[in-house]
Amino acid sequence: MKCDFCDQKATVFLTQLIEGQMKKVCLCESCAKTKGVTDPTGFSLADMLLSGMPTSALVANAPFVPTRSGGGKKCPNCGFSVDDLNRVRRFGCSECVQAFRPEVELILRGMHQGVTHVGKVPPGFEEIHARDEKLEELRQQLEKAIAQENYEQAASLRDQIRQLELPLPATALP
Amino acid sequence: MMRFSTLIKHPADWMIGGEVDNAVVLTSRIRLARNVRLLPFPGWATAEQRRMAMQEIFPVIQELRPMKDAFAQPLSGLTSVQKQVLVERHLISREHAARTEGSAAVIERRQSLSIMVNEEDHLRMQSIRPGLNLRVAYDALNELDNEIQSSLTFAYDRKLGYLTTCPTNLGTGLRASAMLHLPGLVLSDKIGQVLNAIGRMGLAVRGLYGEGTESLGNLYQISNQSTLGESETQIIERLERVIAQVAQHETNARLKMLEDDRLTLHDKIGRSYGILQHAWLIDSKEALNHLSLIRLGANMGFFPLEIARLCDNLLMEIQPAHLQLHSGRKLSPEQRDESRGQIIRSHLQNVPTPAMVFSQSKNLPFSDQPLDLDL
Repeated sequence: MKCDFCDQKATVFLTQLIEGQMKKVCLCESCAKTKGVTDPTGFSLADMLLSGMPTSALVANAPFVPTRSGGGKKCPNCGFSVDDLNRVRRFGCSECVQAFRPEVELILRGMHQGVTHVGKVPPGFEEIHARDEKLEELRQQLEKAIAQENYEQAASLRDQIRQLELPLPATALP
Repeated sequence: MMRFSTLIKHPADWMIGGEVDNAVVLTSRIRLARNVRLLPFPGWATAEQRRMAMQEIFPVIQELRPMKDAFAQPLSGLTSVQKQVLVERHLISREHAARTEGSAAVIERRQSLSIMVNEEDHLRMQSIRPGLNLRVAYDALNELDNEIQSSLTFAYDRKLGYLTTCPTNLGTGLRASAMLHLPGLVLSDKIGQVLNAIGRMGLAVRGLYGEGTESLGNLYQISNQSTLGESETQIIERLERVIAQVAQHETNARLKMLEDDRLTLHDKIGRSYGILQHAWLIDSKEALNHLSLIRLGANMGFFPLEIARLCDNLLMEIQPAHLQLHSGRKLSPEQRDESRGQIIRSHLQNVPTPAMVFSQSKNLPFSDQPLDLDL
């Protein structure tokens, strides 16, 4: 079992009854210390949970009936709202995790063995990712070169960018 | 394209075991959840958006090599009894059967691979194998997953892995499970200890049939709950280790009953045999519980081993939708009990009376060992 705050091995486990529901938090030694969990003078799990800290043991089986008028921040791709996310514990599309990153991290505390994916990577994904990072770096260099009126270098960078922007082989992601 | 009647005519390969030892672990199953990038997930999509997702996904699935001559149908083209039969065969989920517009099922000829389109996620793919064979089931499904990814771009995040409708599936999107027959642990009153030990390891265990903690037919399903922070291999290996240990405890419990309480065991198996051979009205619960004991008997030498296969087949055939499919009409519960009794009697009529079985070893290695799973 890993710590709910980082990926260290959890050694401190807390369970408390809050509003009639069992809440469980797993912490590593250093996180337990910084959160004051090891302090014997009255520590309440509720404080940690209510102050926007881990909320495990969440009801994940709530029926998925989002309203189209849900309030709060919205996903730019599908229009799903953060209120809906917090109510039904479901996502609207692939971009929701990006749009609601902090809320997603809260939901995931204590839900799984860890908080970072270590399994299968889609075929071709690493190549795409490496290319995108390289492109970003070249574009920044290009801007700098133009600002410095170093046109020879800019032309060379532009050619490199064009080369990289060509589509990858068919097996890779678009 | 394959017709429904052709698909259903034969039991699935994994149902009848073949050469594989399925005395305790009947089947191993892997499920992967996948979604197409940018398209709204089925639960949030409008009917029109679901249809568009179907148009994008369905042709890709049908072109997959193992699915070339598969059964492939939009759910709107199936009757409710047909959908229910697929649920009883574990080929689609109960939730999926409730859907109509914009959802589909694609099932490979031997029923070992199946794909649901627009269930809770755009794609829910599963692979089933007889016995304890999670790795083999995963490898087959992983190949299919790779093949699909050459045509569709799946929702994937560097930190969170494969993205799913429900956060409980994020990461690998993988649910691995096995179906176990545990009459030995139930009869010797050790099942509670074993189930608790499994639960403490963060794995889920539930009765295959029946509500809540009740299990009919002594059938249990064990599965992983965590999908994030562990690789596919770690998930599968951990689960296989636990299941192998549970299976060993079950085998020990069976042998110990034979050694310590042979008469009770004979009595229970004999009574079940008598009831099933002469029952004219029998409900699911009673039938499952007696079939469980006949299956146990077959695996312990009271009956020829092939009787265990017959029981596995009957487990499917006596369920409500299967009964209605065979009779070709809607049946009231009482009519189903009659039909169930008739099918069981006809299958068991040539089964010989239970043989006398004795413990083969005086010194079995279990005595009173603790039931804690040691991992």
